[in-house]
Formats: sequence, structure tokens, C-alpha cells
Amino acid sequence: MAVQNLPAQGATSARTAARGTPTMTYKPLSPTQLAWRRFQRNRLAIIGLFIVLIFIAAGVLAPVISPFPYDKTNLFKTWLPPGRDPAHILGTDELGRDILSRLIWGARVSLVVSLAATAIVVALALLFGFLSGYFGGAWDYLLNRAFEVIGALPGLLFQILLMLLIGNGILQVTIAISILGWPGLARLVRAQVLTYKERDFVSAARSLGATTPFILVRHLLPNIINPLIVAISFAIPGFIGTEAGLSFLGYGINDPLPSWGKMVGAIGRYLSSPNYLYVGVIPTIALALLVLGFSFLGDGLRDALDPSSDRARL
Amino acid sequence: MARYILGRLAGLVFVLLTVSFLTFFLMYSTPGGPFDELNQPLSPEAKANMMRKYGLDRPFYVNWWNWVTKAVQGDFGMSYYYPNTRVIDLFSKYWGSSLMLGFLAVAWSFPLGVVLGVIAALKRNTFVDQVITTVALVTVTVPIISLIFFGIAIFVIGLKWFGFNNGQPLYQQPPNAWVLPAFIFGLGTVGSLTRYTRSGMLDVLSQDYIRTARAKGLNRTVIIMKHAMRNMLIPLVTIFGPVLANAITGSTFVEIAFAIPGIGRFFLESIYTRDYPVIIFTVIITATILTISNLLIDIAYTLIDPRVRLGGGH
Repeated sequence: MAVQNLPAQGATSARTAARGTPTMTYKPLSPTQLAWRRFQRNRLAIIGLFIVLIFIAAGVLAPVISPFPYDKTNLFKTWLPPGRDPAHILGTDELGRDILSRLIWGARVSLVVSLAATAIVVALALLFGFLSGYFGGAWDYLLNRAFEVIGALPGLLFQILLMLLIGNGILQVTIAISILGWPGLARLVRAQVLTYKERDFVSAARSLGATTPFILVRHLLPNIINPLIVAISFAIPGFIGTEAGLSFLGYGINDPLPSWGKMVGAIGRYLSSPNYLYVGVIPTIALALLVLGFSFLGDGLRDALDPSSDRARL
Repeated sequence: MARYILGRLAGLVFVLLTVSFLTFFLMYSTPGGPFDELNQPLSPEAKANMMRKYGLDRPFYVNWWNWVTKAVQGDFGMSYYYPNTRVIDLFSKYWGSSLMLGFLAVAWSFPLGVVLGVIAALKRNTFVDQVITTVALVTVTVPIISLIFFGIAIFVIGLKWFGFNNGQPLYQQPPNAWVLPAFIFGLGTVGSLTRYTRSGMLDVLSQDYIRTARAKGLNRTVIIMKHAMRNMLIPLVTIFGPVLANAITGSTFVEIAFAIPGIGRFFLESIYTRDYPVIIFTVIITATILTISNLLIDIAYTLIDPRVRLGGGH
């Protein structure tokens, strides 16, 4: 992470402390270490990090750890409740598919979509944020118009129309999420660029002959990274929820790939009996857990990376 | 002021034109059409006739412009699927349920969110604050489909307190049918209101005039009620726009899950039947509500807070 390149408030105070006690050897903490300390103090953030890491591990290792293929049906073993059959710990669904396997693969789908969407959104946000913040003029105008139009689109309705056109699938859902997601972040990048581009350290770099790309990467990017990381960790839960929602409505991930939203949606027809409820409850809990993991993590990151936020000063 | 409003209105026209153009493009490019075998079994000749009658043999931008010229005169056309029925009539038939759901949700969630936010700010960094902020974070981030499923599993199937809707308009139903949907729809608003109010209140409490008030010996209640609350309410105006727009446009997921005949559910039906006039009308009315509420909020904000000047650069 480029956290080290921040104008280091923490390091300054550490240095003053060092000056105050000249006889002791005092190694000043880097801003990253300070941030990590602040992060550790937030218990929920640690729990969030833990949850996210478990789900990521499950997603990465899905082909290895899932006991059955996600699409393997077994019509002799349908509707097995959790714990009935040792081979199917979390039971089976209406087609006899192993729920644990589908849950694990669902984690992979959910994470791939949300993280890929994040990557696209960040790339677009940096590109357009830099262009409009640094060069202004026409770029600024374009970004504002895009922001207005995309902000006025009724999100879900528009995403459904888009999915109808481009079809179901992982890549398609990622696109539908990214298109609506980037202008907000681009405005954030733009605001940061505007704040820092007139600062003395940037003028100094320019007067020493630094090129524009150098200034962008070396002097502006490090100042943008922190708020961007925080914004992203709050955006990811939204992306996960959007994927689940679209899949729930049938406009998301294509069959036979499992998606948590699809698993919840499929139970709708069987809601008359409480006996079948577990099929929907399990992915619902997974969905809520993963999303909460990310937002607890985001809360901790905000307190850790933004020294002016209200909890960081404690 | 007048010039500012005119400028914003021009921007609004541009946004709505773009949104409608995009929607027409998506609708006409999507595979399947309103007079396909699936929707309306017609002979090839009859289908060709219908297509010509509704101008569907022309390219989308021609139809878009025709639609625009009629729409500005208040004519949004006839439904393809329900013959001889105006889109506006269909829409107003379904809107009642969505409006009722939305306003019930705002009615309980907005005040509660503000109260919780103020409490959390006053009890800053105590156990009470931790509980409130954590609950707020949970309700904001957990996807609506998870909330819905938990609600149904616990209150409808488990405790049998509430039932599903029977497809009749919500306002003709006993409370049993609308209490749970309104509760679930409002949860997200409570969370975001709480977070927003808490940070706004903390901001106000750190101002000089509060310190002055405290220094001259005013009692705590007077400071909070007279000095802090009034100023804290100003930023809340900005969040009321999106909340209200959200309430007016309803929640597709809640309507689907509880079989409430609202506009979200109707939109999905129109997508199945490729009822273009209904689709475009739903998208454009939602976009209009979003943009106009934003404009009104911006104007209201300047009237309430004299420090804000309209159109004053960045």
C-alpha cells in the first residue's frame, strides 16, 4: 500500500516525542504502523477482517474444499435438512444439490463479481477523476454530465434493462454494477486532486521540472489512496448486495453457477412450509456475514487511515 | 436565484432526454419484442400490422423523438399489453401501494433515525453509542433481500404474526399486510439517518458557539435543544431528498417478496411482456422524481442556511 507516502502527521508527533527524550533510543513509528495500531484497537474491524479473509479463502479454494460439484443433482437425496446426512453437512436443496458446495462456490461468485467491479470502478474513477481534477475544462464538464445522468438513472430498473440486453453471467453483472458505480468515486478523486494540486509540494515538484505523469503518480496518487480505500470498502458491500439482488430477480448469474441471491430467490416457491426454510436461510446468513465483514473492515480502515475522523483521535 | 434555477432546469431537461434515449436504446436492442409469440400469439401478418401500428418497424431513435414530442404534451401513450389502456392510468393504479409503503416506511424510520443519531452523539464513545452505531451499520449494509428473508422467516413463517399480501392494493388491506413490509423497507433509512445525524450533531457540538453557550453557563438541555439541534437539522435537509425519492419510487424487492401490487413489481411484469411504453414511463418518472427532489432540496437548503450561496463555483 502507498500509505507510507502520506504527509506524515503521525511521524511528526513521533519525532517531537523523540526530541523530548533524547537519551532514549526511540524508533519513530511509520504512518502505516500507526494506522495498523489504530486499526487493531477496533475489535469489530478485526472481526470484519477475519470474516472477509475466511470468505476469500473459501472462494479461492472452492474447487478444492467443496465436497461436491456445485451443479451435481441427486434426486434420491432432495430436501435433506442440515445435519441429517453426514455427507451433506448443510443439507441439500430441491434438486439434491449439496448446499455447502453451492455456498462455497457462491462465495467465489460473489467475491469475483464485487472485486472485479471494484477494480473497474477504481480504474475509471482514477482516470476520469485525474483528467477532470487536473486538467479541468472539457473533462470536468464531461464528468459532471456523466455524474448527473448516471445519478438520475433508477439503478435497479436500469440494471435489469441492461442485463436483458447483455445476458446473464458473471462478466455481465460486473459490467452492470460498474457502469453505475464509478461517477461517485470519480468525484471523490477529483475533489482530492483539486485539494492537492495547488499545494506547495506540487508547485515545487513542477518547478523542479517534474512531468505531469510523475506528479500524478508520485504526489497526487498517495494523497488520494486513503479516502479511496475507505470509500471502496463501503462500496463493496453495495456491489455484493446488487449482485445478489439481480440474481434473486433472475437477472444475474447464469445457470448452473450458484449465487447466494439465486439460492434465496429459488426458495420463494416453497415458502409455504417451514421445513424448507433452511435452503434460503443459509445463503442469507452468508450474504449478511460477508457484507458486514466488509463494512466493519471499512469502519476500521476509516478510523485507521483518516486521522481526522472522529474515533481516530481517542 | 432565478438564473440558477433556470440553469438547473436546463440541466434537468438534458438529463431526462439522455435517460430516455438510453432507455429506448436498451429496450429496442434487447432480444424479444412486445408482439412475440410468447406475449401475444398472432399470425405473422397480424404481427407485422401491429408492429407498423405502433411504429416498431422504425429505428429506436425515431420512436424516441416521437415519444419525446408527445411526452412534453403529457401523452405517454397506450400500453401494448393491456389494449386501450393509457400508461398513466395503469401506473396510477399501481402507484398507490408503492406510495403507501414508502410513506409508512419514512414515517417511522426518519424520526427514529434522527433520535437515535442524537442520542449516539450525546453519549459519544459510550456503550450506548457503540450499540447504536453498530446496529445502524448493520441495517445500512445488509442487503434488502437478506432483511426481507430474515423478516419472512421469523415473523411470517416462524411466529406467524403477519401474512403475505393477497395481491390487492395495499391501502385496502388490514395492518397485518403492511406492517412488516413497511418495517423492512424503513430499516435502511433508520441506519443511514442515524449515522448522518450522529456525525452532524458531533460536528455542531464541536463548534465555538456551543462552547460559548456552555461557558456562559447555560444548562445542557437548553444548549442541546436550542443551539445544537437547530443547526444539526440543516444538513438533514439534504438527505431528505434521496429518502423521499426512494419512498415515492418504492422498493421492487419488498413488493416482489410480499406480493404487493406496486410499481416495482409492475415494472418487472412489463419487462416480461416487453411493454415498452410502460417501461419507459416508469424509468422516466423515477428519474424525474430523483432529479427534481435533488433540485428542490438544493433550493430549500439555501433558504434555510444563509451561508450557502447557489451556483458558487467549487
